[in-house]
Amino acid sequence: MPALHPIPDPKTELKLHDGARVGVIGGAPAGAFFSYFLLQTAERVGLDVQVDIYEARDFSLPAPQGCNMCGGIISESLVQALTVEGINLPSTVVQRGIDSYVLHMEEGSVSIETPLHEKRIAAVHRGNGPRDIKNKRWRSLDGYLLELAVNKGARSLHQRVDGVSWNGGRPEIKTRGGTAEIYDLLAVAVGVNSGALKFFEQLNIGYAAPQTAKTYIREFYLGQEAIEEHLGSSMHVFLLNMPRLEFAALIPKGEYVTLVLLGDDVDAALVENFLNTPVVSACLPPDWRQAKEFCHCSPKINIVSAVQPFADRIVFIGDSGATRLYKDGIGAAYRTAKAAAVTAVFEGISAADFRRRFAPACEKISKDNLIGKFIFFVTRHIQKWPHDRRGVLRMVAREQRREGVPRRMSMVLWDVFTGSAPYKDILLRTLHPAFVMGFVWAIAAAAWSHMVGGLTWKRAH
Amino acid sequence: METSALGKTFHNGEVIVREGESGDCMFVIQSGEVEVVRENGAHKPIRLAVLHETDFFGEMALFDHEVRSATVRAVGDAQVLTVDRKSFLRRVHEDPSLAFRILQHLSQRIRQLDAEITKLKVSL
Repeated sequence: MPALHPIPDPKTELKLHDGARVGVIGGAPAGAFFSYFLLQTAERVGLDVQVDIYEARDFSLPAPQGCNMCGGIISESLVQALTVEGINLPSTVVQRGIDSYVLHMEEGSVSIETPLHEKRIAAVHRGNGPRDIKNKRWRSLDGYLLELAVNKGARSLHQRVDGVSWNGGRPEIKTRGGTAEIYDLLAVAVGVNSGALKFFEQLNIGYAAPQTAKTYIREFYLGQEAIEEHLGSSMHVFLLNMPRLEFAALIPKGEYVTLVLLGDDVDAALVENFLNTPVVSACLPPDWRQAKEFCHCSPKINIVSAVQPFADRIVFIGDSGATRLYKDGIGAAYRTAKAAAVTAVFEGISAADFRRRFAPACEKISKDNLIGKFIFFVTRHIQKWPHDRRGVLRMVAREQRREGVPRRMSMVLWDVFTGSAPYKDILLRTLHPAFVMGFVWAIAAAAWSHMVGGLTWKRAH
Repeated sequence: METSALGKTFHNGEVIVREGESGDCMFVIQSGEVEVVRENGAHKPIRLAVLHETDFFGEMALFDHEVRSATVRAVGDAQVLTVDRKSFLRRVHEDPSLAFRILQHLSQRIRQLDAEITKLKVSL
């Protein structure tokens, strides 16, 4: 007689079944991508699930009500992946296609073009623009992605989540409006600037929120023509030897420019010093003066991934789980959201399922970030040493000038600034003997010309 | 002043890929239309298809190392984004479901070819 196997109860089994309810806290890219890909994958295998997205922000409003505080760059690797998925970012969302980077140092500036001379990076506003927005020609990226998820069948609930608890072994979401809903699976897609992460540290599931650092973001109005004339379709990156400043960028959008600063204790004085630096003011119109009122924020960013970003019936995606160090946060949201969605549909929703299929995606990002830390350590070193800076400039300028020369330094810088390639890949390219020899030669040649130039100047005077 | 378009603009009649050339990327149409044509010796080239926004072409180059099987050129202004083989394969290795849409497309094309072969055999 064959052994009798108990029939699994779909209500208690840790799998998504027809009619399963999935709650998503946060409707920014991580939550929207998760909902979209969960519904898409479920549809492909004939599974009927209901997805509720809780998002208190209204992305149709300008900052701060509709903004998720971010530089607003979509990397070329994500732009490509989304087009393959069938998601073509519309020109009502993309404010500017970026086709090059200009690297600025005290010693000079050099432009690095995209490999195929095409606009492969998208500059967007996460919300519906800064608080003083003059022309609402473009819409919010987050609003657009949330709409994609809703069009796939998700329900968007404009409610603030006030607590999460267990109810009969299932997660229950309580909202400020007093409603309570029980779900089979809960996807947590809140940012590290949200207070909601503390709910989960109190659930005793082993989750510890990510470690963070502060950044500084400011939006200023220049107008489309002035942006075209002074910044063009290039992202301007500054490696300046300024105390407390690690990295700075000016990102041209439609009519605004986004300033992003990374460093220790970035305060108003450091921002003003930066804007008054000759190499920075040379990028802006000569008569430009900062308006008295402007949109700015000091958001936290995830620099060390969360501990245990999953449990039975709960998974943490995007910033609340693992994200890439300093770059391509939206790309990491896409990757973790999709890994979680595919796991939930094909494997199940237990901690063991997420450990097997979802955790490797997070660990890959976290391990790569360790290499990223080393790369940014070396970048800081280069920032401090004029000989190294001149060497970088010389090597890039030579590569950009000559056709057919392998663009080793250009591509390394391109991938560091755009976040388009894994940090491991970038590091391996810098260890190539041709790169090392080329860089050492460029440093020596730059030092020699600087010395000879100095001697010539002394003789002349 | 169009600043927000992604990819590269090709003007009417401009060739995006040429039959017989090697390639290591595929293309996704962001806006506009392109036509796929095949050379026909001394005769007029044969138009195989007209592709529109969100359609893609050149995807076979991502999987094999053969030369382009047809010429693709813009019909009017077309905005086209390139997808590199290396970055695409890296993503597919991480997330095989990314290739689903391409497989769907290839599957549709095989069905169309089957239908056309059947038509030809019947007419012979």
